[in-house]
Amino acid sequence: MKSVVKVENLVTKFGSKVIHNGVNLEIERGEIYAILGESGAGKSVLLKEIIMLLKPASGDIYIFGKNIKNLTAKDEQRIKKEWGVLFQFGALFTSLSIANNIAFLLKEYTKLSKKMIDYIIDEKLEMVGLDASVKYLYPHELSGGMIKRAALARTLALDPKLLFLDEPTSGLDPVGARGFDELISNLRDILDLTIVMITHDLDTIHNIVDEMSILADKKVVASGTLDEILKSNHPFVQKFFKNEYVNTRLRNV
Amino acid sequence: MGFAKYELIDKNDTSYLKCYGIWRVGTIDKIEKKLLKLKNSKNLTIDAKDIKDLDSSGALLLFLLQKNVQDRGKKAEIINLSPKHKRLLEIVKNNFIQNGKDFKTKRSFLEAVGKSVIDVINYLIDFVGFIGELFVYTLSMFKNPKNFRFKETVYFIQSAGISALPIIGMTSFLVGVVIAYQTIVQLNKFGADIFVVDASAISITRELGPMITAIVVAGRSASSFTAEIGAMKLTEEIDAMKTMGFMPFFFLVIPRVTALIISLPILIFFSDMVGIFGSMVATRAQIGLSFEIFINRLYEVLALKHYIIGIAKGPFFAIIIALIGVFHGLRVSQDTESIGKETTQSVVNAIFFVIVCDALFSIIFTELGI
Repeated sequence: MKSVVKVENLVTKFGSKVIHNGVNLEIERGEIYAILGESGAGKSVLLKEIIMLLKPASGDIYIFGKNIKNLTAKDEQRIKKEWGVLFQFGALFTSLSIANNIAFLLKEYTKLSKKMIDYIIDEKLEMVGLDASVKYLYPHELSGGMIKRAALARTLALDPKLLFLDEPTSGLDPVGARGFDELISNLRDILDLTIVMITHDLDTIHNIVDEMSILADKKVVASGTLDEILKSNHPFVQKFFKNEYVNTRLRNV
Repeated sequence: MGFAKYELIDKNDTSYLKCYGIWRVGTIDKIEKKLLKLKNSKNLTIDAKDIKDLDSSGALLLFLLQKNVQDRGKKAEIINLSPKHKRLLEIVKNNFIQNGKDFKTKRSFLEAVGKSVIDVINYLIDFVGFIGELFVYTLSMFKNPKNFRFKETVYFIQSAGISALPIIGMTSFLVGVVIAYQTIVQLNKFGADIFVVDASAISITRELGPMITAIVVAGRSASSFTAEIGAMKLTEEIDAMKTMGFMPFFFLVIPRVTALIISLPILIFFSDMVGIFGSMVATRAQIGLSFEIFINRLYEVLALKHYIIGIAKGPFFAIIIALIGVFHGLRVSQDTESIGKETTQSVVNAIFFVIVCDALFSIIFTELGI
């Protein structure tokens, strides 16, 4: 079981509008994998299909080697316990405090004592760089960046093996965004995580992403490491990576 | 799936804790309580050689074990940890916060009472402020009539007024039937059946018609006003409007209030008619009194003033319902939960204050001898 996520010949349609027409990609264990593309290229739709929120028109998606089309309810439940999803705007439960947001999964899925759960909450908050005093606050009392961190803490509560991140650094200040990158790459190293992210952040792509796929024209037009991508002549790649600004940036770092 | 297991071996002055199995968040729950309560007075050596899988929660447990012993002034060490697990433990150690501050979450009784009193006072102050603001904007609108949103007002007359006709008709008809039916049973004992016309017509036009209408409209429109405006607040639409220089009052508040002031008297009129028709039907079914006789009697006993008093309550009820609905919508804060809370409150308050207002009218009119 080398590939953690594998997408084969995926076709997505909304009514008569075709979003994906034969998307293929393979994400290996331990990788930090990015999905790139213009807005409207169907990145979020692809992610939603992988995390079983949307059903594709045709094609196969394998997670941990299992085709998600014919999963038993029990297997589906098990897979869902082993992955974590960080939504773009956090999606914290507004009626629960931050502590209870993080404790939610622990309380539902484990029989840990309250004390141990408390220790874990503190640990996770510290890990994502939040002060322990936010524990008793509610999501609407936090700023956008703090919400994102708290949501990551919730995502990490069960120590998932596979992490999906939807634009993890959007809405963070540059310093915070680099810290986030470092955190993600550390987590990958230590916890053996596989990370799949949608991102537009060039620094993230340059610093931590191992491999990526470019979605355009309804399919994957380029994939591989940054160097491999840069060889592509596709207009989107040209526009995204080979402009004046990026050239200076990539040369400097 | 293996569980986390351990074995405790006592040697001379050192306890030897041999850990094996899978130490992950889902597998340590069986041993975690026992281990955290471990009261060991000796030095501790934790052998992690046979831990097959370790995640951050498992590592946290190992660290807590070590820390508990060290806090008692004894030595504790973790041995045979694989390099990867060692790094994990290191991270866990760095992220552990010494005696995490305790936050008070529960309020004492006195504090709770005080807080709710302050809340009520603040609510009243806010409401008075809201009415003042409305007053100012309404005045400024008279000076500058093109600020009046005609299209929105018509839309709300349609959605809050005309769409309410079926349900108001049904309720009024049934109430008319019930009133006539029950009155006849009592009047029959005196052989004064014909007085059913007086009783039902006056009670319907004076009290029941306006009340039924107001309660139905409060249920339908106060709630929808709150939810609509609350959702707009949540998505920052109202803030966006303000930055563009549009006054939310002109767009959101005044059209709704005006629409209800116009529609409620008309709805009350409709309710009166249908209610009296209900009484007519019930009377004919019960004692065979024909429609003609009923209507003739109606001309004799139903003075115009009863009808006018009923209709005149309409605009007052309308203002109460619309203001409470809109006010609660504007009170919605940034969490989704508060929409539900404010909507419930707006309906409850609207109905309550409509009844209070009706009671006041009832006393005033009776004292004045009208």
